[in-house]
Amino acid sequence: MLKFVSLLLALSCCQGLHHNNIDDYVEAEPVFQASKYGSLWPLPQKVQISEVSFKLSSASFRIVDAKASSAGPSCSLLQSAYRRYYEYMFGSAKKQWGSKNNRRSDPSDLTELQVWITSPDSECDGYPSVTSDESYELTVNQPVAVLKAPTVWGALHGRIYSIYFHCQIISYFPFSVYINATIINDFPRFQHRGILLDSSRHFLPIKVILSNLETMAMNKINVFHWHIVDEQSFPYLSRTFPQLSEQGAYHPYTHVYTPADVKMVIEFARLRGIRVVPEFDTPGHTQSWGKGQKDLLTPCYSGSKPSGSFGPVNPILNTTYDFMAKFFTEISTVFPDGYIHLGGDEVDFTCWKSNPDIQKFMEQQHFGEDYSKLESFYIQKLLDIVASTKKGYLVWQEVFDNGVKLKPDTVVHVWIGGRSDKEMSNVTAAGYTTILSAPWYLDYISYGQDWQKYYKVEPLNFEGTDEQKKLVIGGEACLWGEYVDATNLTPRLWPRASAVAERLWSAKNVTDIDDAFNRLSLHRCRMVERGIPAEPLFSSYCLHEYKGV
Amino acid sequence: MSVVTSGRYTFPNYNLVFFIFLQLGLHSVEGVWPLPQSITSSPERYPLNPQAFYFTYGSQSAAQEGCSVLDEAFKRYFSLIFPDYSSGRFYSEVKFLQWKNENTLSVSAGQAYLKAETVWGALRGLETFSQLVYQEDFGSYYVNKTEIEDFPRFQFRGILLDTSRHYLPVQAILKTLDAMAFSKFNVFHWHIVDDPSFPYQSRTFPDLSAKGAFHPMTHIYTQLDVRRVISYARMRGIRVLPEFDSPGHTQSWGKGQSDLLTPCYSGSTPSGTFGPVNPILPSTYKFMATLFKEVSSVFPDSYIHLGGDEVNFSCWKSNPDVRAFMLKMGFGADFTKLEAYYMENIVNLTAALNRTSIVWQDVFDYHERHNHMLAPDLILLHIWKGVPASYEAELRAITKAGYRVLLAAPWYINHISYGQDWRNYYTVQPLNFSGTEEQKKLVIGGEVCMWGEYVDATNLTPRLWPRASAAAERLWSDEKQTSDVDKAFPRLKDFRCELLRRGIQAEPLFVGHCKHEYQGV
Repeated sequence: MLKFVSLLLALSCCQGLHHNNIDDYVEAEPVFQASKYGSLWPLPQKVQISEVSFKLSSASFRIVDAKASSAGPSCSLLQSAYRRYYEYMFGSAKKQWGSKNNRRSDPSDLTELQVWITSPDSECDGYPSVTSDESYELTVNQPVAVLKAPTVWGALHGRIYSIYFHCQIISYFPFSVYINATIINDFPRFQHRGILLDSSRHFLPIKVILSNLETMAMNKINVFHWHIVDEQSFPYLSRTFPQLSEQGAYHPYTHVYTPADVKMVIEFARLRGIRVVPEFDTPGHTQSWGKGQKDLLTPCYSGSKPSGSFGPVNPILNTTYDFMAKFFTEISTVFPDGYIHLGGDEVDFTCWKSNPDIQKFMEQQHFGEDYSKLESFYIQKLLDIVASTKKGYLVWQEVFDNGVKLKPDTVVHVWIGGRSDKEMSNVTAAGYTTILSAPWYLDYISYGQDWQKYYKVEPLNFEGTDEQKKLVIGGEACLWGEYVDATNLTPRLWPRASAVAERLWSAKNVTDIDDAFNRLSLHRCRMVERGIPAEPLFSSYCLHEYKGV
Repeated sequence: MSVVTSGRYTFPNYNLVFFIFLQLGLHSVEGVWPLPQSITSSPERYPLNPQAFYFTYGSQSAAQEGCSVLDEAFKRYFSLIFPDYSSGRFYSEVKFLQWKNENTLSVSAGQAYLKAETVWGALRGLETFSQLVYQEDFGSYYVNKTEIEDFPRFQFRGILLDTSRHYLPVQAILKTLDAMAFSKFNVFHWHIVDDPSFPYQSRTFPDLSAKGAFHPMTHIYTQLDVRRVISYARMRGIRVLPEFDSPGHTQSWGKGQSDLLTPCYSGSTPSGTFGPVNPILPSTYKFMATLFKEVSSVFPDSYIHLGGDEVNFSCWKSNPDVRAFMLKMGFGADFTKLEAYYMENIVNLTAALNRTSIVWQDVFDYHERHNHMLAPDLILLHIWKGVPASYEAELRAITKAGYRVLLAAPWYINHISYGQDWRNYYTVQPLNFSGTEEQKKLVIGGEVCMWGEYVDATNLTPRLWPRASAAAERLWSDEKQTSDVDKAFPRLKDFRCELLRRGIQAEPLFVGHCKHEYQGV
């Protein structure tokens, strides 16, 4: 019973007033069954939690660099992570009970978490990449807990997470914080665990993006796929082509991302081990580009005259490629990640078909009536341009489907529902790496616990050899913006995206939906306690309800 | 007893600018949501100077300074109209305001008049006026020359919040009351307790929340909380209708009140679980009488919601004492008769407290089966089930039997789906059933229900607004004038931006932007 209670209380820092009623309200809650893994989310690959527990006091507990660690006080990434997680652990307890903790530590206390980076080069000032090693080992025992992460920058990345884990196995009693003796050995199942946010259909203020990066870190999501521009608006303020956002954003001052904003997002993400992969989708989905860049889009014709409306990027003009070369040169310097998402989805051919110059060009190139060849022609040239900036690229699945020649390290992004398993099979059979989003379009909402549907997806459930399966490097939850803005983004994303996060991090056999429900309920309360309005899974309560109303 | 209020607002400086801006005609007064019954506006517009503008009571007004509802409303609407000017200076200038018929609002050169029978009408008129004022990019405020006559189509325009499946902090309720006033809702149906938890802290039976709430200290509504909600609602012209649903939906009651619920049996022994309220014990009715006496003293509204829905008979059936009682009463094996017996007792009990009861349609359905009806002046029925065909049939049946009725079935807004489902809420036709004029008059209104299985403070506001506003217009405005959902779209879009500007986290209808985006996270 005691353990049960302690796990429940892991929800939050208990304020201590209800001590005598603990048993009552545990019985009052018919929904929860405590998981033996407490509130751990996503579930580590290997975890042993013992019955023995130690006391932590905010006055004496410290997170420190281990002596042998290759990262020291100059590693600002780790230092700020220490502070962040210390505040998560003791934040409200400190406020409430700080004065009571001014006492000597006794032998049953856990006084230290030592963080030990074992690789010689810690790369504290680098960026996470698709090959980063995110594994770590955590041992909680007396008198110190040790967090050990083996490799360079990936280790650093993993270690932030481990601190987070550490936080997750802590439970709170009135006046003090406890942690069970624990051994965790952990690493992600997939390297690419992403979330797509769409800042074009609705502008997302910077602080919404930042607070969701924070939440991604709590869920071990490591890629922020920033679908930054699209038909509706162009909020990215380009230094080379400032007129793009001047004309193409919803508002040239209040609804744009300045270079400083973008830098802030990238650094905030880096400190949390999250890559920022920007998407500049072409040749379709580009209406907003046309407002600030004359002659970039194809003029559509009605009969023999221009209709005044515009279609996809005009693929037959040299000026188009000059523009793209300059533009993507800028992008490749602004965004440090090794990859850029180039889009390439949903190109509507009607406008191209209507335009006599394009028709002529089609004839010259012997494309016949096959406009997907024209699309491929464009994409091919674009890929060459981007490759020259030394970046890798991701593309939506249509680019592969249309037979465009891709660099071997291209990542094909599968999004079309229905037969996505077939597509995964085809893409990997052709030797390309791939990420899966088709089952995880979180903008599609429905009544009830749809997180279960996301949870039950098995990304490798397609026909193919083991070699093919290895080409699946992960997946992304997509929150497209037609019906989403700052008002509803966070509760719509969390904890539904947490279901995807566990599928992409934890072992393949972690599929017990009831156990998941129990852990996720607590995990969602933890997010709420940390100020994130993550919506409820079902009738229930959190000790500390959302206060941000 | 009607209060005649009348008065004027003044707009100095109007004649300096109005010709210059006349032809721009940028702002449409169609922007009022819900649409007034009659509105005439001209492109002529007047600037409002926040430093000089003031509300005052008309000299003929029955309400004068000291009328708490309007004094407070003047302050509130001044800040809503001029968000940049919520200065203390305003207080000394509160002087006037008045009205005539239900709602007459007339804005013309130099001054505007607002006439209403009661302060409640004046509140609606102030809301309308606040929506007529707009701000240009350079910060100046304007209002067009306008004449409005307005009154609600239905007298009962409610929103149900469920504080049992998830506890809603008082702050979340107050915020909802604010937003309700912006959409001219006038009833907060507080589904305060249910199976999962009992957050209402009773003076008489403190154990109910001490044992039945999710948490006895942090997840309850104290008497003070309840009073605060009621008074906050009153200031906004909103009635608070509490629901204490029984005999089903009462699991949480049983924790703090032993012997209230029916012990279920498995075979010949009690199984340890409990069913609905035990309808065969005198102690049950004694408890209920005491509880409802308290409730009717705490909640001033003359209506009280008694629930009565979804009673599961299997536990009653399993209990030998209940079966013996059935026999004794001559109910045979028809447990709907037992349910009817119970509800009749409870209704009579609240009638004795001078309260009109509202009950869910199930009560009518049960009673109808054996021609054993409660008097139509004692109860009002609340339709919650089904597709249009079935709720229309229910409307017909209930009104034919002479009962007043409330419609909630088409507005279960907790059910979400992808896309613009507000269109479904908008296109409901509450009187589209076959019946006489007299029958239609018995439909007193409708209600938007936000059940709480998947809703708490984290997602309540964006899930409620602006979807509930679609229902608000259906319940307030003339149906013929508001039958085109595509025409409503741009107005609702603007209204949603206005909600954002007022700090209500209303979600978007579709792609686009607002000048003032939501500033929270």
